[in-house]
Amino acid sequence: MVEGYNGLLTATVFLPVVGALVLLLVVKGDRNVRNFAVLIALGDLVLSLLVFGLFDRGDGADRFQFVDHITWIPDVGLNADFLLTVDGLNTPLVALTGLLGMCAVLASWHIGFRVKEYFIWLLVLQTAVMGVFTSMDLLLFFLFWELELIPMFMLISVWGSGRKEYSAMKFLIFTILGSAFMLVGIVAVFLAPGVGTFNMVALSTEATMLTSAGLLIPLSGLFWLFFVGFAIKLPTWPFHTWLPDAHTDAPTAASVMLAGVLLKMGGYGLLRINVGMFPSQTDRFAWALVVLGVVSVLYGAVVTMRQTDLKRLIAYSSISHMGLVLVGIGSVGIAQGTLTVTGLNGAAMQLFTHGTVTGLLFLAVGLVYDRTHTRYIPDLGGLAGRMPVVAVAMLIAGLASLGLPGLSGFVSELLVFLGAFRAYDWPTVLALLGIVLAAGYILWMMERTFFGVRRPAFDDLTDASLVEAAPLVLMVVTIIGVGVWPALLTDVFESGLNPMVDVLNGVINR
Amino acid sequence: MVTEAAIWAIFLLPLGSFAFAALVVRPFFNRYSLISGIVTIAALGTALGFSIWTLRSVVLGHNLDFEPFEWLEVGGATIEMGLLVDPLTAVMLVVVSGVSLLVQVYSLGYMKGDASFSRYYAYMSLFTAAMLGLVLASNIIQLYVFWELVGVSSYLLIGFWHERPAAAAAAKKAFIITRIGDVGFIIAILYLFTQADAFAAAGLNAFHIPDIWEAAQPEAAAGAILGGAVLTWLALGIFAGAAGKSGQFPLHTWLPDAMEGPTPVSALIHAATMVAAGVFLVARFFPVFEQSADAMTVVALVGAFTAIFAASMGLVMNDIKRVMAYSTISQLGYMMAALGLGLYAAAIFHLVTHAAFKALLFLGAGSVNHATGTFDMRYMGGLWRHLPVTYVLVVVAGLSLVGIIPLAGFWSKDEILLGAWNGNGPVDTWVSRVTFSALLAGVIVTAFYTIRMIILTFHGEFRGGIDRELEEKAQSAPAGASSPEGNGGHGGVHLAESPWVMVLPMVVLGVGALLLGYLANPQWNEEIGIPKHWITGFLGDGLGAALGAVGHAETLDFSRWMATVSTVAALSGIGLAVLVYLRRRDQRADPLERLKPLHTLLSQKYYLDTLYEDVMVRKGFFKYFAGTVDWIDRNLVDGVVDLIGWFFRNIGTAIGKLQTGQVQAYATGIAFGVLAIILALLLA
Repeated sequence: MVEGYNGLLTATVFLPVVGALVLLLVVKGDRNVRNFAVLIALGDLVLSLLVFGLFDRGDGADRFQFVDHITWIPDVGLNADFLLTVDGLNTPLVALTGLLGMCAVLASWHIGFRVKEYFIWLLVLQTAVMGVFTSMDLLLFFLFWELELIPMFMLISVWGSGRKEYSAMKFLIFTILGSAFMLVGIVAVFLAPGVGTFNMVALSTEATMLTSAGLLIPLSGLFWLFFVGFAIKLPTWPFHTWLPDAHTDAPTAASVMLAGVLLKMGGYGLLRINVGMFPSQTDRFAWALVVLGVVSVLYGAVVTMRQTDLKRLIAYSSISHMGLVLVGIGSVGIAQGTLTVTGLNGAAMQLFTHGTVTGLLFLAVGLVYDRTHTRYIPDLGGLAGRMPVVAVAMLIAGLASLGLPGLSGFVSELLVFLGAFRAYDWPTVLALLGIVLAAGYILWMMERTFFGVRRPAFDDLTDASLVEAAPLVLMVVTIIGVGVWPALLTDVFESGLNPMVDVLNGVINR
Repeated sequence: MVTEAAIWAIFLLPLGSFAFAALVVRPFFNRYSLISGIVTIAALGTALGFSIWTLRSVVLGHNLDFEPFEWLEVGGATIEMGLLVDPLTAVMLVVVSGVSLLVQVYSLGYMKGDASFSRYYAYMSLFTAAMLGLVLASNIIQLYVFWELVGVSSYLLIGFWHERPAAAAAAKKAFIITRIGDVGFIIAILYLFTQADAFAAAGLNAFHIPDIWEAAQPEAAAGAILGGAVLTWLALGIFAGAAGKSGQFPLHTWLPDAMEGPTPVSALIHAATMVAAGVFLVARFFPVFEQSADAMTVVALVGAFTAIFAASMGLVMNDIKRVMAYSTISQLGYMMAALGLGLYAAAIFHLVTHAAFKALLFLGAGSVNHATGTFDMRYMGGLWRHLPVTYVLVVVAGLSLVGIIPLAGFWSKDEILLGAWNGNGPVDTWVSRVTFSALLAGVIVTAFYTIRMIILTFHGEFRGGIDRELEEKAQSAPAGASSPEGNGGHGGVHLAESPWVMVLPMVVLGVGALLLGYLANPQWNEEIGIPKHWITGFLGDGLGAALGAVGHAETLDFSRWMATVSTVAALSGIGLAVLVYLRRRDQRADPLERLKPLHTLLSQKYYLDTLYEDVMVRKGFFKYFAGTVDWIDRNLVDGVVDLIGWFFRNIGTAIGKLQTGQVQAYATGIAFGVLAIILALLLA
């Protein structure tokens, strides 16, 4: 039964997979496959930007918009719906996925091995991620969450390098382990007395929210079940070790998608489900999230310093930066006064900005690797003279990563720190040391890779071609745009997060 | 009256020339890179015009309150961007855009033929825009934004010749060390936000700078939102940022290394403007600092210590730019000390005169480099014959730095010394006394290193320039080793005066180094139409007006005996240097080297670089701490993961081995099982 149908989100989610099907059945020849994949990615980018652009930010606007709601499995008492809708929290993430999907396809231009299959997996991956970011039904959300594993596993294990089978398997097992926890949580939520629904809109509305009465697993237990699932994905220390391996051995496009959007699923889940559906527990355990966050920030940064592989270095820096998401969420634990949306908005912004920044870093590293055939930093050096475009892109991404004002990273970090400092001052100061360390590892990496004396072997390197430069430019424009005019995103995030903050302020007992 | 648009244009014009040079000329018209220079100079010329217009408007007392616009509003954190135009801002605008304009003209000659000419002007424009934005900011976060942007422009310009390892390393070092200080600045901002509700209750914005001033006043209507120990920590947080930027001990080590950048960059950024941003920052929050005697004490003592400490290292450097770099750190120490003692106007006055004479000294060094190809004074000498104009200008700037009446530096330095002696600030008397002694001793040291530098560079016999340097380096060092002090990429010796595009800006700065003193103290001032104590009164009144004071700020009267004391100190330093250097027997040796242990300690920079870089960073942090964490990550955290994987793989194999398919084995198992059950039942 159709309970509301707008269609835009369905199109955004399923366009890539339909494209993949057409690719499989109709398109022949590597060139055509590539062109067609670009076309599909471009189409999905336009659709996702439409979602972002048409999203009504006005004061009286509905919280959830573009509702596609179809009754799905009512007969066996499962009550699961096909429900795609977005509020201010996931709208920017949909746009992010569109942007990075486009970049990933363009970055795969030179793939020459099993080309058709490669692009099919890439497009399936995009559908899965889009699905995660738009499903507001727990079961559907879980299906998309699991669906994403298969293409990523294939991309790493077939088109990767190094110990690719090991890394792909490690990625798979870690995530499935997290999913197992999450699934238990989902079932327990459904079975809770008086719930009997997977509808995430209802579950995060104060009146219909889960209460502690008569639960099989206490609320705190549910909170942690979901938390583990998302913390592995984010990833948070100590569940992070799959990430450096997966990144190092994945092909460029997979790294871009992995760092750019897949990690964001973890952060999104934390905000949407842990904060949105378990506000009292978020308040109760905010300190623990801050501790984990600060440990991730510092531990990640310190380990980053030691890395000699460019991709591993960026992977570890991601752990450090994703720690800030937890620190931002920790702002919920304020001791007095009213909770404001600042810290949560910072956490959400961090998802978006880190997606663009790290996406750009991986794109640039991919170009370096294509040409020099090494990612081992001591073997590199002086590349700026031969590859100025790549060097500039890398520098801008690096500066955004270390939180330079005028670029996107600064805004999210500032908001995280402003929010968290009100709740936990000393832990926030510790997390601030992360930005000094970030300056250290980013600038040292730039020095060793792009500056200094160039080895004669690199004298004939070429700079990025037009196709290669296009995604770089796309990301640079986004990074500078968000840095200069952050309200473009923060206002949207705020419209999604404010209802959560209202609920939190009602629930928090001081 | 100056319009709001004109003030914004001061900042936007160089930003536009940055965009033009970086996005249009560099990618598409790189062959015509001269356009970048011309556009930058045109933009800065206009910006200077608007700056002077603004200054005039402020002098005339026009009301220059403008509504800020909202940049970001997130959950009670309202971050605005606006213009704060007071005497401090107006003076800084003219200094920054003026020196920048002159340096850009000079660079036309100095950077001529550099392959990255457009990139150079793009960076220089970006820097100037950021610096002007910093000066204009009315919001502490806006100020922080530009604060970091000047930092990154400095990074880009120090590492401008990025193929040179020393330049790339120096750029990184500068950014990281200043960022350590910035952590304090950010904590101060974060603290302000925790008080946002109290600010809002008083109708104030926690990030708006004049509102922060007001909140710090104990008798204000807002009821001292900021006060007590917290106020001290807030001020010290801001000071940490200022100390990083202004090279105050112990965060000074980046500034001498920053000389790896092109010399005009050193003149503009690492002498005249950016490094003075720390002084500006403390001055900007002076109403907050003033309320905490403890914070003021720290500022005064750190400044005084830095003044004498850095000057002592300037005594032994062989690189002419490094002498000047230590001199800059030392002079910034004077300004900080002055602020700590409550001498707001004197500190800024010294900032202004210093900008003129120190920029001139650096441009002079660039001119010398243009002729000799080196910065190493051991290979210079006798240059006054070949570069007479440069020589005269460097002597004027040098004597201004030393503080010889009637040059600019004399008046501003004397103002600081006199104020320190009077000791009317919020700090204890002993702080004033200690500071005064350090600063007076600093005058002797300053005089010595300045005259040493002039004699080594311009007097005696010419000692061969870059050609000789390379020759000797090739003999003593293995092939391919790069010189630690490097040179600016000006190959070859051609002993001649620099072209007029380089000389002309120097002449203008020379006039400044001569005459800027007349903005303040001289008794015969009024006869030439400038009110007595004009600049100090102007700045002091601006500060008073910010706090709602009526009437005029106190200004210091010229003191004959203080002038005598400082002149005697300066002359004794000069005399000593002349005695030691002018008629030394061995032209090639530095007589100071005979004081072996002391000379080594100073030329090793008190081993601070060794301590920071080798001991703390490389060994302590990188090798041991990060190494351990990394080991834990690979072996314990990831090891557990692999162990679990190994366990399940092998437990499968082990259990699999039980499935032998032999009925006897199964039967034995079943028999033992039954036996166990029976036993269990019997025992229960």
